Amino acid sequence: MDTAAKFRPSRANVLGSASTLNAALPFLGLLLVGIAFPLFGGGYWGVIATRACVYWVLVSGLNLVVGFAGQIAIGWVALLTLGAYTTSVLVAGNATPEVPPYPALAIAAVVGAVFGLIIGLPALRLRTFYFAITTLGFATIVTQVALAWQSVTGGGVGVSGPIFPPPFSSQWGFYYFCFGLAAICTWMTANIAASRFGRALTAIRDAEVAAEASGISKAALLVPVFLFSGAVAAVGGGLFAALQSYITPDAFTLDLSVLFFIAILIGGRGSILGPLLGTILLTVLPELAAPLVAWSTFLYAVLLLLIVLAVPGGIAELLDFKNRRPLETGRAIIPRPELLQQLLSAPRDAGALTLQQVTLSFGGVKAIDGLDLEIRPGQVHGLIGPNGSGKTTTLNVISGYYVQQRGAVRLNGVALPELARHRRAHLRIARTFQTPRIVGSASLLENVMIGGTIDGEGTFVESLLSLPRHRRDEAMLRKAATLALAVVGLERLAQVRADRLQHSELRLTEIARALMLRPAFLLLDEPAAGLSAEEIERLGALLLAIARAGTGVLVIEHHPDLIFDICHHVTVLNLGRMLAAGSPAEIRSHREVVNAYLGG
Amino acid sequence: MVESIVLTGLAIGCIYALIGITYNVMFSASRVFSFTAGTLGMLGGVLGSLFIAQMGMPLLVGFLLVLAAGALFGIVTEIVAVRPVLKSLDQHLYVLSTLALALMVQQFTAIEWGTEARPFPRLFDIARGGFDQQFWLPMLACAAVIVCLELLYRHTLVGRAFLAISEDNYAARAIGLPERSLRIASFALAGVIGALAGFAGGEMLLAFFGNAPLLTFYGFVPVALGGMGNNRGAVVAGLLLGLFQQTANFLVGGIFASVAVFTVFIIVLLARPEGLAGASPQRRV
Repeated sequence: MDTAAKFRPSRANVLGSASTLNAALPFLGLLLVGIAFPLFGGGYWGVIATRACVYWVLVSGLNLVVGFAGQIAIGWVALLTLGAYTTSVLVAGNATPEVPPYPALAIAAVVGAVFGLIIGLPALRLRTFYFAITTLGFATIVTQVALAWQSVTGGGVGVSGPIFPPPFSSQWGFYYFCFGLAAICTWMTANIAASRFGRALTAIRDAEVAAEASGISKAALLVPVFLFSGAVAAVGGGLFAALQSYITPDAFTLDLSVLFFIAILIGGRGSILGPLLGTILLTVLPELAAPLVAWSTFLYAVLLLLIVLAVPGGIAELLDFKNRRPLETGRAIIPRPELLQQLLSAPRDAGALTLQQVTLSFGGVKAIDGLDLEIRPGQVHGLIGPNGSGKTTTLNVISGYYVQQRGAVRLNGVALPELARHRRAHLRIARTFQTPRIVGSASLLENVMIGGTIDGEGTFVESLLSLPRHRRDEAMLRKAATLALAVVGLERLAQVRADRLQHSELRLTEIARALMLRPAFLLLDEPAAGLSAEEIERLGALLLAIARAGTGVLVIEHHPDLIFDICHHVTVLNLGRMLAAGSPAEIRSHREVVNAYLGG
Repeated sequence: MVESIVLTGLAIGCIYALIGITYNVMFSASRVFSFTAGTLGMLGGVLGSLFIAQMGMPLLVGFLLVLAAGALFGIVTEIVAVRPVLKSLDQHLYVLSTLALALMVQQFTAIEWGTEARPFPRLFDIARGGFDQQFWLPMLACAAVIVCLELLYRHTLVGRAFLAISEDNYAARAIGLPERSLRIASFALAGVIGALAGFAGGEMLLAFFGNAPLLTFYGFVPVALGGMGNNRGAVVAGLLLGLFQQTANFLVGGIFASVAVFTVFIIVLLARPEGLAGASPQRRV
């Protein structure tokens, strides 16, 4: 048994590296085509190819914001404008002593990073449409400032773009310069995509509450993303100015912004290859026929509408052949609790999690009314009661979605911080949700790895450059997640997209994700819903094993058999008040409970 | 000088408020903010100029045709960009679909009508004066819309049904209200209001395709600050926005006036994301 357990993670690693190679093939192909391009491309196509590279430098960074984090940033042309003018004005020396092109480009990157953060920060507070509108406003403002600030920007007359010194001064020299930067951007964003940061971004996009429960702080995550995205956008701007050789505010229309934004959506969210192909497609498309130039933005808009309505997954989904293979039907979930010891390290003594006289009402309705509860390490605590009796609300108070109006929630005697949801994970309190909160487009393995995000040590920059600490984190998370999936009995489905699986499998995926925290307390909201009788029995054994490993487990359930089989202690709620509490045997014979809930 | 600032500010403010109401009417029926709100305003100006100045239609015929075109575009928006994505789990898809539709119309206008701003005809043949028709027309339109909406919502069965849908969609459907027809009707109504805004403000804003993104942005400011779905808030915030913008225009010049408006907008939103009037946050778990 021991050898089998050791064998599984390593086989998954082999699988992992084989699929990495497969995923890298299209990029290598594009790299070769790009390097060889001057051999068979004519002069005008050289300009188009350079333009595609310049656009991709910007889009690669924007992709992390739009495609991964799911923030609708429409006005990113503002940063292109900013980068173009910063580089050009510095090189021309309109406002400062003349600066050579490379330092000017570097300064533009810094300015872009700062403004990327300024434009992006509202995303932390505002809803989707509000954020979209603010970025749109920014794009309008920047162009107007460029038009008005004549002494520096030349106003409507414009300013000439920077010229990079040899060997990058010739047409093909400049092409290789842009191509090189585009390749580096591809590599860096692909590193992020395959890191805990990339997974956390998609978690924020598709399952924000699950991200919070896994300890991911949206603010801490988005700040480096906006800095990076702003920096590469401004570099793209500097290159754009050099390519145009002369810039006026007219060059930076909203149409460009639309192109960048739509390239990502056509490519598909959460992919690097898709948006890369999308950028190439949208850059080349208007060049195929002269009348298309005037109608290009109209065409992009039509494409956007078609994509949204017909193929929300974009090019990336069309290319995802791996996930078209039919899955085996009649899959049984067979958890392997014996592997838990490897996953959950030595017993942790976190003390007890206690609720004391907790009261919470919504308007006139008392959802919880003076509830006392104690969850002890190593025990399974059942929370039962009719619908609307306050079970999930209790769980939400513990995990910080609601603040109790009276009473206290304490961990080992210390009150839990109010509303700081992502801090719960650092206290090793994990939870699952009544409807599974999963990133549908990510594989099961990736979904489970999200649960271990806070255990990574590398920084964003280390992941960007794929430094050793990043690779160590990834290996560690991959191994733990493979093990966690084996524990819940899903290791054979590790590479499958989550949205192809059944509800019951997603419930167990959530448990595996919660186990990644090596929780001191595990809060489960109806884990057995949708499971078959045998699966419920196996789930019970798994929960008991988790408790035996030292975790305090709170289970909300409607299946009396499961509750009475595995719980050490049961609390019965009715209308927000505690109706009874005690051992399963006591509850089973409690007259009021039988009348109100269990039925005679 | 002060008189001109106040008149222009209030008139522009009325246009912003009307676009804000356009957003709100669509939002109440569908919980969707549509990028087409500003496009409707732009179409009101362009079509008004096309029908009356280019094609020489009588004022009343041209006016009614503009409103009809607005209603039609509203209905098309509902069918093409809103209905297909309403059921989707990915709730922000409507941002993309309405953006796509707005861009299509804007680009089509840019190509067929031209990218230059063209004059909008003077509607009434009276001499230019201090309190000119370019000022009182938007104010009149705004007042008329507010009065009509109040009458509609308070005194007609259809209006009450609109309110019911916006209060609680599921409950309204459960008691048998035809949710889909009411939503189409709301989008048609929003189309009329948006086109009216552009038509009434035509002389000030001109017939210009670039008004679409400007109105989309400036029309949303009253919605965001006044609280979404709150028409009274939108009118107050719209008038304040117009006055603030014109004052800044006079004090620091046109371009920095837009920077000032934008800065104030961002700061207020960051401080009070739910708007100055306030609304309760949604349940998430």
